[in-house]
Amino acid sequence: MKIKCPICGKREASEYTYIGDATVKRPDVNNTDEQSWFEYVFQRRNPRGDHEEHWQHTAACRSILKVKRNTVTHKISSVDLEGPWQGQGEENN
Amino acid sequence: MSGYRLKDSGIYIDTAQELRFEFDGKKYVGYQGDTLASALLANGVTLFARSFKYHRPRGVYTAGPEEPNALVSLRTGDRHEPNCHATTVELYDGLVARSQNAWPSLNTDFMAVNQFFAPLLIAGFYYKTFMGTGQKFWHFCEHFIRRAAGMGQGGLSADPDKYEKTNHFTDVFIIGGGPAGLLAADTLAKIGAKITLVEESNNWGGSLSEEEGLINGEPALYWANNVVKILTKNEKVTVLPRTTVYGYFDDNTLGAIERVSDHKQMPKNNEPRQRHHKIFAKRVIIATGSVERPIVFEGNDIPGVMLANSALRYAKRYGVAVGNKVVVFTNNDDGYHSAIELKKMGVNIIAMVDPRSTLDPELKTQIEEQNIEHHPGCMVTSAKGGKSLNHVNIAHFSRDSGSSGSLQRINADVLLIAGGYTPTINLCSQIGTKADFVEEIQSFVPGESTQPFVACGAAKGQLDLESTLCGAVEAAVQTAKYLNLDIDTHPSIKVEKANRKAIPFPLTDIPSTNSSAKKFIDLQHDVTVNDLKIAHREGFSSVEHLKRYTTMGMAADQGKTSNMNALALIAKERGISIPEAGTTSFRVPSKPVALGALAGRDVGNHYHALRRTPVHEWHIKNGAEMVDTGGWHRPRVYKKAGESLFEAYSREAKAVRNNVGIVDVTSLGKIDVQGPDAAEFLDRVYANSFQKLPVGKAKYGIMLRDDGYIFDDGTVWRLGETQFLMTTTTVNAARVLSELERLLSLYWPELKVHVSSQSDQWAGMAVAGPKSRSVLESIITDMSFSEEDCPVMSVRKGRIGKWPVMVARLSFSGERAYEILTPRNYGLDVWEAIMDAGKPFGITPYGTESMGALRIEKGHIGGPEMDGRTTLGDVGMERLSSKKGSYIGSVLKNRHGLKSDDRKTMVGLISDGIKPLRPGSVVLKNNEIVGHVTSATFSPILDKNIALALVRKGKKHIGENLQVVFPLKDEAYNVRVVDPCFYDAEGKQLYA
Repeated sequence: MKIKCPICGKREASEYTYIGDATVKRPDVNNTDEQSWFEYVFQRRNPRGDHEEHWQHTAACRSILKVKRNTVTHKISSVDLEGPWQGQGEENN
Repeated sequence: MSGYRLKDSGIYIDTAQELRFEFDGKKYVGYQGDTLASALLANGVTLFARSFKYHRPRGVYTAGPEEPNALVSLRTGDRHEPNCHATTVELYDGLVARSQNAWPSLNTDFMAVNQFFAPLLIAGFYYKTFMGTGQKFWHFCEHFIRRAAGMGQGGLSADPDKYEKTNHFTDVFIIGGGPAGLLAADTLAKIGAKITLVEESNNWGGSLSEEEGLINGEPALYWANNVVKILTKNEKVTVLPRTTVYGYFDDNTLGAIERVSDHKQMPKNNEPRQRHHKIFAKRVIIATGSVERPIVFEGNDIPGVMLANSALRYAKRYGVAVGNKVVVFTNNDDGYHSAIELKKMGVNIIAMVDPRSTLDPELKTQIEEQNIEHHPGCMVTSAKGGKSLNHVNIAHFSRDSGSSGSLQRINADVLLIAGGYTPTINLCSQIGTKADFVEEIQSFVPGESTQPFVACGAAKGQLDLESTLCGAVEAAVQTAKYLNLDIDTHPSIKVEKANRKAIPFPLTDIPSTNSSAKKFIDLQHDVTVNDLKIAHREGFSSVEHLKRYTTMGMAADQGKTSNMNALALIAKERGISIPEAGTTSFRVPSKPVALGALAGRDVGNHYHALRRTPVHEWHIKNGAEMVDTGGWHRPRVYKKAGESLFEAYSREAKAVRNNVGIVDVTSLGKIDVQGPDAAEFLDRVYANSFQKLPVGKAKYGIMLRDDGYIFDDGTVWRLGETQFLMTTTTVNAARVLSELERLLSLYWPELKVHVSSQSDQWAGMAVAGPKSRSVLESIITDMSFSEEDCPVMSVRKGRIGKWPVMVARLSFSGERAYEILTPRNYGLDVWEAIMDAGKPFGITPYGTESMGALRIEKGHIGGPEMDGRTTLGDVGMERLSSKKGSYIGSVLKNRHGLKSDDRKTMVGLISDGIKPLRPGSVVLKNNEIVGHVTSATFSPILDKNIALALVRKGKKHIGENLQVVFPLKDEAYNVRVVDPCFYDAEGKQLYA
């Protein structure tokens, strides 16, 4: 399986490391509400179909990527950078 | 059955080259080109193996990789390999094979008594027998059951052979070197596509060896050989024989094993035994062909019963007749083709049994010409014999169990079965492609593709030569369009006089008059028709349940010959159609794969990259015993002549406490943190605060996870207003860096901070002990070591000759100590300079073992205490955490359960025993478990065995006497619970 890193180009999946679910929202650093942190740390949906995940290109540029992956077919449809660089990614063809 | 060599030599063998080989200690002779099975058949061998469960005698059933019975163990010694298909093992001079699953011998197998217990050993036997009886009874029986049931045994010694891995990036990957695969490859090669073509065997043409038809006016196999010649010369085409595709994965990635030297006694000239190919293909063409399907009747597993097309293969390919008196049982016209061709080649076919009452007149004339007795409208009700077939019983065809019509007995040594063909769709199924049922051939073919592949030929249900070749052209045209290549959509390919298509008369299970008769569906796993019926009766009727309850199709052959019959049978039992009953999905690997081939060269020292410090060679030269920690090679202990490990590390630890020692700490993770917001960032990352840390000072830092448990610890050195150097534990270096990058990029992009790993840029060493200052003062210039200029926790810069060093007064051992960093390339020079300077002071190099002893004596936490289940409170560090700030884990560390006063907390243990305690031992109070030992050592300074332990309400036990037990070694000691800091609790030694 190949993933198209917006910086390095198309590379083998083994260069990347799965980091976690990209749909959960991390509470603000000053948030002291236990419930919000509990949900961020422990609660995960298990969707069938398209899902957003964070991957890191650990064996190359080390950027953190937002990857749209189908949990049924495993097809990765798009890869984007995260943070201020968001929106520079492409479809994963 | 007693096979023999025919007058006409087979097309695959070279009778000029004799090969000597051995099976079960007996010596035989075969020819170059033979398989082990063909050579044994030619030598009259009928008995090949004992079956999995009942230990019934079994012969050879097929001529290919679908073989369920004839599994043998190959080679001896280190190269011993169990469960090889005799039908695909290529013969070589000196081959040694043994039968398996029989004791004391294949001929006299005492385990065959299992047959008489057969009524007990039915589907669900284990569940029924052992559920409810309790674990003990199962454990008592397990040993005997595992011995009795099974395949060959694996070896215990290391594999002496080499394996390789390689990658292919190709436009088209074609699986199968039969007519469909070859024509597709030829068509696409002509228009310039980049192709990789693989074939499982070492011969090309597949089923064409039995084909009478002509392709473009030439004999079919002649055409095939020409195509292979052309393809081999084309540099855009990679042709791989002896290569089995075992897995079809996501994104059109495939795995294949090339058997580079399995056909030789051992690999020659450093060649690998096998090569793993990983294929990245734009498009895949699956031309994996089909396997002949058995018909199920009483005694269908007796040696001598086999598939008709396989018998024809033995004759055509290897010039081997499978027996002297042969009966053919067929439900389709292809069976006649096999019979007539065999008869023409001199095999004594005596009778044909066919449940259909009418026959094509042309075929009828042919069998009359060949003098073959014909029984239309009849069926074989049973095969009889012991270790070989004796006779078959036939009757008029009927689907009722009270079988009608008169019985007739035909004496025979071989019974050939032709039940139609099952397309090989395993690979398509692996990627989730659904299967479509085709009524005409009574079998499943690949449905709509879930990835860019196309199936053609027999794998697609195109069972005659003409439709196979048309299918191949169609697949090639589709592929060319997909790749945007121009193609002639109607290449000229003419087929004449082809074999007939096998259109089977639906027939799977022949009713038997004898209700206890064994009719095998899955020969490899010994699953019978009765097992399936029982499973259905007990409610396990869905194919997925049925498979798991009976283990049908779960043997190493994945039910290649058995699945279709099982599906047909269960559909019949449930009164539904076969497509309604559905299929099970196939899994990777479709054929067993040697672990060595998956590992490739990543074995032994090459298992993962081993990191060495710049001082490595010095350590080795000075007697260091090395140990792997977190991917690094570190000195464990430096042994002097005659010293034991224990003596050596005791000496080293004492030297640090009383004098001075030096340890290589290059492996610690080092992360450079820079930016205007670096201090704020560190405050958020660590549980303790760094805002106020002055430049030129270092501080201990402890990091939590979001869930509130301890993650890692280390020190942070403030090198400038906006520059910090962070150290981590050796093991967590990569994980900490990744986590910092994630936080900065995803959640705190507003922080102006950059992090980068410097673990490999610095060499590090710690000089510890009362005389450490004296040693360093004598050699490091450009800095002062006085108590005012270099107090505890300060970071200073100096030089040793021309080499710059950074010195931090940090202590892990509790003694006065300095950590020294220098650019990696100067590491060895600096180390040697310090050793020279320390000589007058008796400086002692020490390893991880004594470093551990020193830190346990001080009660400092290490990896075993940070196992992901401990909180700051558990290890007595709550007071370090910043009270006001928000940092990772600051909210969830206050969860109810993490604040409970019932938690295990860290204490020290002093043992009265002579032997060291073991980490992982259980701490008992009044025979109740209250905790466990995390780290243990002999303490040279106390002259006692001590340990750190996590004990429930630990502090309350201080002063008590408890027990530490390690049941696996039958060890038990009395221990006294103490404060975890065993030595110098006031910290006076830091200033000694």
